[in-house]
Amino acid sequence: MIILGIESSSMVASVALVKDGITMAEYTVNFKKTHSQTLLPMIDEMVSMVEMKLADLDAIAVSGGPGSFTGLRIGSATAKGLGLALNKPLVHVPTLDAMAYGMWGSSALLCPMMDARRNQVYTGLYHCREELKVLRPSCAMDAGELTEVLNRQGEPVILLGDGTAVHERLCRERLTVPFSFGPAHLNRQRAAAVAALGAVYLAEGKTETAMEHKPDYLRKAQAERELEEARRQGKTQELAAGHSVGTGEKQPSREKDQ
Amino acid sequence: MEAKDILILAIESSCDETAASVVRNGREVLSNVIASQIVLHTQFGGVVPEIASRKHIEKINQVITCALEEAKVDLDDITAVAVTYGPGLVGALLVGVAEAKAIAYGAGKPLVGVHHIEGHVAANFITSYPGRADSGMCKEGLGTLSRLPGQAGLEPPFVCLIVSGGHTHLVIVKDYGEFEIIGRTRDDAAGEAFDKVARAVGLGYPGGPKIDQAAQKGNPHAIEFPRARVEGAPYDFSFSGLKSAVLNHINHAKMTGQEICVPDLAASFQKAVVEALVSRGIQAAREYGYKKLAIAGGVASNSALRAAMAEACRENRLEFYYPETIFCTDNAAMIGAAGYYEYLRGTRHGWDLNAVPDLKLGERIKEKV
Repeated sequence: MIILGIESSSMVASVALVKDGITMAEYTVNFKKTHSQTLLPMIDEMVSMVEMKLADLDAIAVSGGPGSFTGLRIGSATAKGLGLALNKPLVHVPTLDAMAYGMWGSSALLCPMMDARRNQVYTGLYHCREELKVLRPSCAMDAGELTEVLNRQGEPVILLGDGTAVHERLCRERLTVPFSFGPAHLNRQRAAAVAALGAVYLAEGKTETAMEHKPDYLRKAQAERELEEARRQGKTQELAAGHSVGTGEKQPSREKDQ
Repeated sequence: MEAKDILILAIESSCDETAASVVRNGREVLSNVIASQIVLHTQFGGVVPEIASRKHIEKINQVITCALEEAKVDLDDITAVAVTYGPGLVGALLVGVAEAKAIAYGAGKPLVGVHHIEGHVAANFITSYPGRADSGMCKEGLGTLSRLPGQAGLEPPFVCLIVSGGHTHLVIVKDYGEFEIIGRTRDDAAGEAFDKVARAVGLGYPGGPKIDQAAQKGNPHAIEFPRARVEGAPYDFSFSGLKSAVLNHINHAKMTGQEICVPDLAASFQKAVVEALVSRGIQAAREYGYKKLAIAGGVASNSALRAAMAEACRENRLEFYYPETIFCTDNAAMIGAAGYYEYLRGTRHGWDLNAVPDLKLGERIKEKV
């Protein structure tokens, strides 16, 4: 079984090939270039490095969210395009689950946290002692609230993800449980973990078609939230129009990605 | 398929239409699939970029698969994959670009990035499409309207007026893929003015077709709106003054308690826009000495513009070309037509092709070495 893993939910662009329990190749870049420029050239380079034929792939595992809306879509479109061209199934791997899976064998509570802006993080709680156990599935949460949740949990915790860079001070001030930050090789998204967890899901038959797959953003678009809010307050028309991009075509995005 | 046939699979996602098409030899459209999001965006009064991007990723595989099926071809039969990489909404463009790159890479096909507006121009090259075997491009020359059968069709050089919600350009198409911009809007695009006026009189979004329809029953001479000229730039356009004049007219009517006759206002406004477009197009063809004039973009489907331009071309003994309505609004067939000529020119993009939201007309970004 050969699985291609694709991870582009944050700044990290990462691709990996996992074959029968071994990581054949992994290519991870944490750099300012956009995923649109990096992701497919990385796959190309990796595939030719290990002299593999794309047709030999069994499935494409993609980090399905949460994360940067645009980043997720680049990974998703890449996986969907490959799935269409090669006629291969996709495996949707929740981003935070794959991050926790990277800490396999640890007895600690695992808490990946991705910066979700507006003082929030995308987070989840996991144990991964002998298998991945999801204690709290992916959600968006205030960083302060997360520290309270962790304190109530009352276990030593390992913190991962780019949310730790943003909220390190908060964690140090508020956490009453023993905590540590993952080291450089484990503290960000890795496509090998996506592919390895994807292999588990594939064995369990949890696949989807390239046509079915879409990212799981965990958040509605800003304009949708505002429209719903306006409707709740019973003033639909003028507010909705105010938040549109007006005439439609060819205007830069006014909506913050996240 | 003949062995020498060049088949382009084209993908377009620059705004609110997810589209895919298979085009043979640049002119014959074998399939033209468009998933429109217009109903979805209507509740917001315009296109919301994040929502557009989300819909693109949900629909894109279905649309592409459908385009291949309708064309009765496999990915193996395809010569190259063409995709719009700008201008447009960056998040929306990225979906099509990432998808097209992965398909081209996975299927071992060359990748050709296409400029969205060059696609609109190339819509005029389409001579046939499913259901209308002998038509696609319309030509009105020297007094007779004809639909061109088979392989014949518009070839450069010609003058092209590109009018849409985001663009108003007057260009000379010197050769396939070679453009000289001689005029552009200084403020609002023509289609943008249509949208804003439509909203102001409560016709809703999208404004172009709504104004066009309302104007059918109106008197175009009822209200005298200004025709702006840009000093020192005879081919440039300005529509913000016209838009303000229309809004002022509405406000004045409201304040003095007069009822607005929407058909009259729509017809008078539309006449002002059409006159500005037609006069510059004709002037450019005459002064630069071209015999052929084409229109392109969403506003090219406007019935008053088509009628007035046809009339003016007749008077000036110019051949007039315009795309079928279905190829005026955003579609992938036009990207396939433009992509074919780019392919012939040798354009090949690398797997690092990025979306370029502000890509300039005629601009060529770095290609694969």
